[in-house]
Amino acid sequence: MATLTYRDALNQALREEMQRDPNVFLMGEEVGVYQGAYKVSRGLLEEFGPKRIVDTPIAELGFAGIGVGAAMGGLRPVIEFMTWNFAVLALDQIVNSAAKMLYMSGGQIPLPIVFRGPNGAALQLSSQHSQAWESWLAHIPGLKVVAPATPADAKGLLKSAIRDNNPVIVLEGEMLYNLKGDVPDGEHIVPIGRADVKREGTDVTLVCHSKTLTVAQKAADQLAEQNVSAEVLDLRSLRPLDEAAILESVKKTNRAVVVEEGWPHAGIGAQIVDLIQRDAFDDLDAPVQRVTQADVPMPYNKLLERAAKASPEKVVAAARRVLYLE
Amino acid sequence: MTATARSPKDTPSAPPQTELHLKMLRQMLLIRRFEEKAAEAYALGKIGGFCHLYIGQEAVGVGALAALRDDDYVICSYREHGQALIKGIPANAVMAELFGKATGCSKGKGGSMHLFDVKRGFMGGHGIVGGHIPLAAGLAFASKYKGSDQVCVCFFGEAAVNIGAFHEILNMASVWKLPVIFLCENNRYGMGTAFERVAAVTDIVEHACSYDMAAELVDGMNALTVYDATRRAVERARKNSHPTLLEVRTYRFMGHSMSDPLHGVYRTKDEVEEQKARDPITHLAGKLKDDGVIDQAALDALDTEIHAEVDAAVKFADESPDPDPDELYTDVLVD
Repeated sequence: MATLTYRDALNQALREEMQRDPNVFLMGEEVGVYQGAYKVSRGLLEEFGPKRIVDTPIAELGFAGIGVGAAMGGLRPVIEFMTWNFAVLALDQIVNSAAKMLYMSGGQIPLPIVFRGPNGAALQLSSQHSQAWESWLAHIPGLKVVAPATPADAKGLLKSAIRDNNPVIVLEGEMLYNLKGDVPDGEHIVPIGRADVKREGTDVTLVCHSKTLTVAQKAADQLAEQNVSAEVLDLRSLRPLDEAAILESVKKTNRAVVVEEGWPHAGIGAQIVDLIQRDAFDDLDAPVQRVTQADVPMPYNKLLERAAKASPEKVVAAARRVLYLE
Repeated sequence: MTATARSPKDTPSAPPQTELHLKMLRQMLLIRRFEEKAAEAYALGKIGGFCHLYIGQEAVGVGALAALRDDDYVICSYREHGQALIKGIPANAVMAELFGKATGCSKGKGGSMHLFDVKRGFMGGHGIVGGHIPLAAGLAFASKYKGSDQVCVCFFGEAAVNIGAFHEILNMASVWKLPVIFLCENNRYGMGTAFERVAAVTDIVEHACSYDMAAELVDGMNALTVYDATRRAVERARKNSHPTLLEVRTYRFMGHSMSDPLHGVYRTKDEVEEQKARDPITHLAGKLKDDGVIDQAALDALDTEIHAEVDAAVKFADESPDPDPDELYTDVLVD
């Protein structure tokens, strides 16, 4: 077991998969000479050369589409977006080309492609650079969507994504790149579609993913001081969603709070609440609560930004509400 | 021909080949008769949704595809029945797809706008204007990456030139020297909007200058001219891995789609009639008659044979089963 940053875990995944399969290549802005805007691709140009580590112009729509075409031609592209905010320019290719190619070709064209990059708010980057896109992407049939929260999951899920024969969206956490954690030695694969109980508990389930795992874990610590035992369920994959794991936890705790970075309206949490009310109605002792970003564009001011984001305090308050403690 | 960044005339034209010309004539007639039948079937409610006919533009697809190898890639917009047929998809499978049947080339899931046959290198009809231009560059990227000498020809209409992806991709294709031919079928109207009303630069070949790319302006009503120009572009792609922009001037005799009248508010009946006088099939048939290659009796016999082939395709499509209801949930993801 090695201790790695989330960034280096992703780097290892890329390196190992590129060593394993010559058809895997990485394309994106600043991935080569600059070594990656967030240094995820550090050292890869030196190891694999410019044929496989391809610096692009700032043209997200174009290079995302080149990736899709290259996958149609038998390669396994990894397309890096400097952030998912910029990937919005490429949505036509992700939604209209990548997600639908297999279906509209009557099953003739599988699309083994990974679209990855940082997602969600960092610090004081203001409205256009602080957005969580998972509910947009998880809405689309034909895509898989993963959002790892730890270095081990980052490595294992990226490796699964690269080996998958479908388009996979990998949402990395901009604020997670420096996070350190244990990563198993050797071949480490995390299957897509499996949630993970990061902390066991009996009184309330905190459903989270990506950066909100840290938020939920801090909330669980605070709740423990109040003699509340919170279970922390890290979804890891948003499509397919591990519905069985969510239901199993809720059937144990009878109460749930769903935490996400995105906006509330039509968010990931709405989907999970739908699942719980439908399939675990009789197990619920309280309406499910949600903690999300405030329903506003992200402000720049530090205090306003903090007020807009999901926080441990908000999660604790929501947990206390489902426990009828306030 | 206006300014180009490189000389396009760097390979000689092939000598006249009677056999090739007869094949082209047959292919153009097949497209024409196939689409006339498709229009009838549409009117009868056998074909639904959007259906964009290629009638008038046959020389472009036929001339260009004659310059390709079987293993080269072709990728198209949603006006792609003609290229699909010429790339080798049987008329039965194309018509069945238009009818939405299980025997269609996309199993009835794609329809008129999404014909596919990967084994034949036909990489689709695509429904978002200009959205497939990046895919063409990606296919060429894959070809070059794997060390193959397959080239990719991308057909798109002139309206796609105003799309951002066109410019992003011409730039990247030139920077990375991708073996791709961007074949713009300039039929003068993006649906009902005349190109000059919405384009600052109306000579599309000139865009190649911005991207240091070879380009050529081509008469799209003449299959032989299209063939010659495409051959030069294919050779440039295959031998030197250089992209080319071809502006092929053509005209669509029918409306934008089946719901659009032949002329209407955006073009006059006189204009359509004037263009119909330049019918590419009449043109090539006339040349072959002048050359003494065929006579009217042979032409009539050919037409009769094609009519029969197309009638058989309609019958096949009509009698084919709908997809199994379980097909709704297949092909979303692979295992």
